[in-house]
Amino acid sequence: MRLTPRALKEWAIEKAILLSGVFSILFVVLIFLFLLREGLALFRSVGVFDFLFGKNWYPISTPPQFGILPLILGSLIVTLGAAMISVPIGIAAALFIAEIAPRRLKEILKAGIELLAAIPSVVIGFIGMITLGPWIKAAFRIPTGLTALTGSITLAFMAMPTIVSIAEDAITAVPRQYREAAIAMGATRWQTTWRIVARAARPGMLAAVMLGIGRVIGETMAVMMVTGNAALIPKGFLQPVRTLTATIAAEMGETVQGGAHYAALFAIGIVLFIITFLINGVADLYLHRSRQRS
Amino acid sequence: MNPRTTEKIAFSVLFLATLLVVIPVIIILLIIVAKGAGAINLSFLLTMPRDGMTSGGILPAILGTLYLVFGAILFAVPLGVMAAIYLVEYATDTRLSRLVKLAIVNLAGVPSVVYGLFGLGVFVTFLGFGASILSGSLTLGIMILPVIITSSREALESVPRTFRVVSLSLGASRWQTIRYSVLPHALPGILTGTILGLGRAAGETAPILFTVAAFYLPRLPHSIFDQTMALPYHLYVISTQVPGIAENVRYGTALVLLVLVLLLNLAAILFRSRFRRKKKW
Repeated sequence: MRLTPRALKEWAIEKAILLSGVFSILFVVLIFLFLLREGLALFRSVGVFDFLFGKNWYPISTPPQFGILPLILGSLIVTLGAAMISVPIGIAAALFIAEIAPRRLKEILKAGIELLAAIPSVVIGFIGMITLGPWIKAAFRIPTGLTALTGSITLAFMAMPTIVSIAEDAITAVPRQYREAAIAMGATRWQTTWRIVARAARPGMLAAVMLGIGRVIGETMAVMMVTGNAALIPKGFLQPVRTLTATIAAEMGETVQGGAHYAALFAIGIVLFIITFLINGVADLYLHRSRQRS
Repeated sequence: MNPRTTEKIAFSVLFLATLLVVIPVIIILLIIVAKGAGAINLSFLLTMPRDGMTSGGILPAILGTLYLVFGAILFAVPLGVMAAIYLVEYATDTRLSRLVKLAIVNLAGVPSVVYGLFGLGVFVTFLGFGASILSGSLTLGIMILPVIITSSREALESVPRTFRVVSLSLGASRWQTIRYSVLPHALPGILTGTILGLGRAAGETAPILFTVAAFYLPRLPHSIFDQTMALPYHLYVISTQVPGIAENVRYGTALVLLVLVLLLNLAAILFRSRFRRKKKW
């Protein structure tokens, strides 16, 4: 082939396309590298064990203490609460939308859930703070309404769209013959839905739950606005807590660039990155499995 | 129990669960509209904030968000569409393309505040852009990249194989085939993804916290190296950081942000369903 200007142009375009494809990998690597670059400095003064399992997060006292156990537990309790609310409701809603709702209703419900997914987290946090907070304060007669429970309920709604839409996809992907066979054997629609379809869609549902949880762990603004932000080891759902994400968002503004506090917040970023990386990787594996089966 | 009765009970429970998901959405929207609508007027939308944000309008926050979103799209759409073209048209199922897909999944899962850290480390500090519209746009751009790539991929994959075969058999090159036979038909889907990306970028707060957002800056930005206020950050600030802001100003700001984001998403939903119905192949 002669190297005409057109061939040259095409060659350049194809290389640019290949390069763009590889950019996604580059960004993931770059994110991790830059977190390491800024965050690893912390471990010159603080041991990894003391960082992960230290019980005190006092970043601005002298000497500062950078133990993130309270923050990890804060994230954990809020996530646990959110999962307990959003998983059963989300899966049930996905079953309803995929298997039971008539077509028109289905379209409307799906649009509604897409809208829920679209509401900015700061708006959800604002509403949670201004309506849910006072309500919880009054209901449990506690001094503040900004608690782990408030965070769990708020985050449950933010996880819902992810759980519902991915679980719904998995349920819809179950082959028709499964349903037809079950119905033909005399099973009711509910028996078919619950014992056959839901079981066949299980890997996809599991992926949906994991991705929902991933979203909850990474959520920042709403959780910062509704959980009260006390960096103490949580003792229950009715107390203020502080999550990993909220700590970064709330404290980065006060740090000195290159200082230990600054590095510690990046080190929290490393922890978050690794957690979400693992969750998403495993969820993707399950999604693949569910796709291969159907 | 009679299986028919069980079925009735079970279906009602599932229906109730669905209501639990959908009704709060409606309640949230109603509260914000009811309490925020009173604050909205032309001077709220078109003037500078005054007196430490307790009065005046939110113009710099609205414009700031528009600049940021526009910048993010400018960066993410070309890159995202090309990445999608690579995955659909060029990549065979090699280890590389699987790695790219895994990377996209993980990019989509990175917490927004970690994007903020990344933007701070790379654009603000390492590349020396400072806290600026440029840094913020690039950070948001990388964050919405997975949205753009995923919907562009779907759009490209929905174009039938025969279109490509015919074009190639007429002697067109690979790129000509993509450019003239595939891309035009994928364009509506790509646009849908772009609008969704716009909506996502407009509403995010954490990525812009340390990369661009100004607490209180009652003037318009001069260049892409300037800081700016932004709607979501402004809502955060006036609802948590500054005491004594009138409630209807907070709700008004929330309403403006919500309307902006939901309109974009509604546009994308409608656009997509029309496009799906119109398709003849």
